[in-house]
Amino acid sequence: MIAELAKGMGITLKHFFQTPVTIQYPDVQRPVRNRFKGRHELKRYDNGLEKCIGCSLCAAACPADAIFVEAAENTDDERYSPGERFARVYEINMLRCIFCGYCEDACPTEAIVLEHNYELSFYDRQSAIYTKDMLIVDVPVNGRPTPQVVEPGVFTKAIPEMENPA
Amino acid sequence: MTLGQIALWGLVVGLVMSLVVITGFAYTTLLERKVLARMQARVGPNRAGYIPLPGRGKQEKKLLAGFMQPAADAVKLFFKEDPTPAKADWLVYNLAPMLAVIPAILILGVIPWAGKIPGLVPEQYDYFAIVPGLDVAALFVLAVTSIGVYGVVLAGWASNSKYAVLGGIRASAQMISYELAMSLSLLVPVMIANSMDLGVIVAAQKGQWFIFLQPVAAIVFCIAALAELQRAPFDLLEAEQELSAGFNVEYAGMRFGMFFMAEYMKMISFSAIAATLFFGGYRGPFVDQVPVLGFVYLFIKIFIGLFLMIWIRATFPRLRYDQLMLFGWKVLLPISVVNFLVVAVFIVLAEEGLFAPILSFFGF
Ligand code: SF4
Ligand code: SF4
Repeated sequence: MIAELAKGMGITLKHFFQTPVTIQYPDVQRPVRNRFKGRHELKRYDNGLEKCIGCSLCAAACPADAIFVEAAENTDDERYSPGERFARVYEINMLRCIFCGYCEDACPTEAIVLEHNYELSFYDRQSAIYTKDMLIVDVPVNGRPTPQVVEPGVFTKAIPEMENPA
Repeated sequence: MTLGQIALWGLVVGLVMSLVVITGFAYTTLLERKVLARMQARVGPNRAGYIPLPGRGKQEKKLLAGFMQPAADAVKLFFKEDPTPAKADWLVYNLAPMLAVIPAILILGVIPWAGKIPGLVPEQYDYFAIVPGLDVAALFVLAVTSIGVYGVVLAGWASNSKYAVLGGIRASAQMISYELAMSLSLLVPVMIANSMDLGVIVAAQKGQWFIFLQPVAAIVFCIAALAELQRAPFDLLEAEQELSAGFNVEYAGMRFGMFFMAEYMKMISFSAIAATLFFGGYRGPFVDQVPVLGFVYLFIKIFIGLFLMIWIRATFPRLRYDQLMLFGWKVLLPISVVNFLVVAVFIVLAEEGLFAPILSFFGF
């Protein structure tokens, strides 16, 4: 019995002299895996147009009912996205979301993508609702911000012709 | 020195030593958290206070990270809400933490910290303690530790909660069981030194620590003391998984802090007592030439004792309650009774000179 007790003590002592495995979280951030599902982002095409066409398929697919989309019509003088419509309101309630990624699967234009930000904590419920402004990515370097004034008849369809238009 | 002067001296020394020990208590908590963390491959508290060292590379080195943690804890405890449960016995509920913490501090009064330091120790005593020359010091230690259990039991009873009562009952049963084994093994050094004065016991260990004379008594004492302190693996009364927190479950803020304080103060004082009884107390190399070294040696021995307790806590799982009682009554108590009798018989035989013929028979 004494030998076993001593062995146990030895193991704890061995660990005492090893370096701790702790990662000092806010100072040192551990990279997440590539396919990690964190906070959503709404993507843009290279020319700056939004990928989201306001079709609400993500909202329909969402098992937690976390997404709210309200679409509006695009015009060539005020174009947000290729195609007929764009998302005028796009909100995700991060307290409801279970990060399943179904929205990502449902989206026909690959507009919504679950990215790597997992630092989602809020002081109140209201601030847990992410609006379109918070979700959408920055305009790419050689793109223009939306709404854009475009030539008539160029951006009439979303996919597949709109794969990164010039 | 007159009696009045000695009383005044005792008051001043007592105040200074209490402050030292309270600081020591605070840092014992930090030591425990740090050592436990390292044994579990964690870092432990390292946010509150550090000395920045401009290190090479990108990250600056942090020296003594977390050394202000006890202060932060204290501030937190003082400002926490401190509710009293409905239908709690108000007087007893408030008295119990004090009843727990006072005995823990009182024990430290009789511990000899150093040898005779001229100018610091009144001339009629030959060692430094807050209450030097108490000729029933060993008895005093036993009596005062027994009072400590009242704090626990009354806290459990007064807070009007079933978990607390269960914790308190466990505590009383456990402390009573292990106190027997502890007192019997405490008597062994008392018999060898032929005095209950802890200073005399330390003086008797000149050259030979009692652990080498009486390893059984020393080991039994250490185990029983661990149970008496309710430290892991004997921490049944605050078994977090079963009783949430045991006797102190209803306490918050500084009243909880006092129980915490009592526990760690007792750790310090029991380390000191174990060192005094079996590990030579303040004795060490050159302590007769430089008596101030006694403080250093006792401090080192207390530190080793604390480290051992934390180490044991990090290693062993908690005993089941029947195992605990079985171990106390069927293992520790018989061992200490037999050991006590054997030592007593040998001492009498030696005093009667009965060993001389046997030794001479073998040609000594
Ligand atoms: S990740 Fe799942 S739960 Fe979250 S918004 Fe998308 S579909 Fe809804
Ligand atoms: S994110 Fe995709 S699925 Fe959702 S509304 Fe926009 S285009 Fe439709």
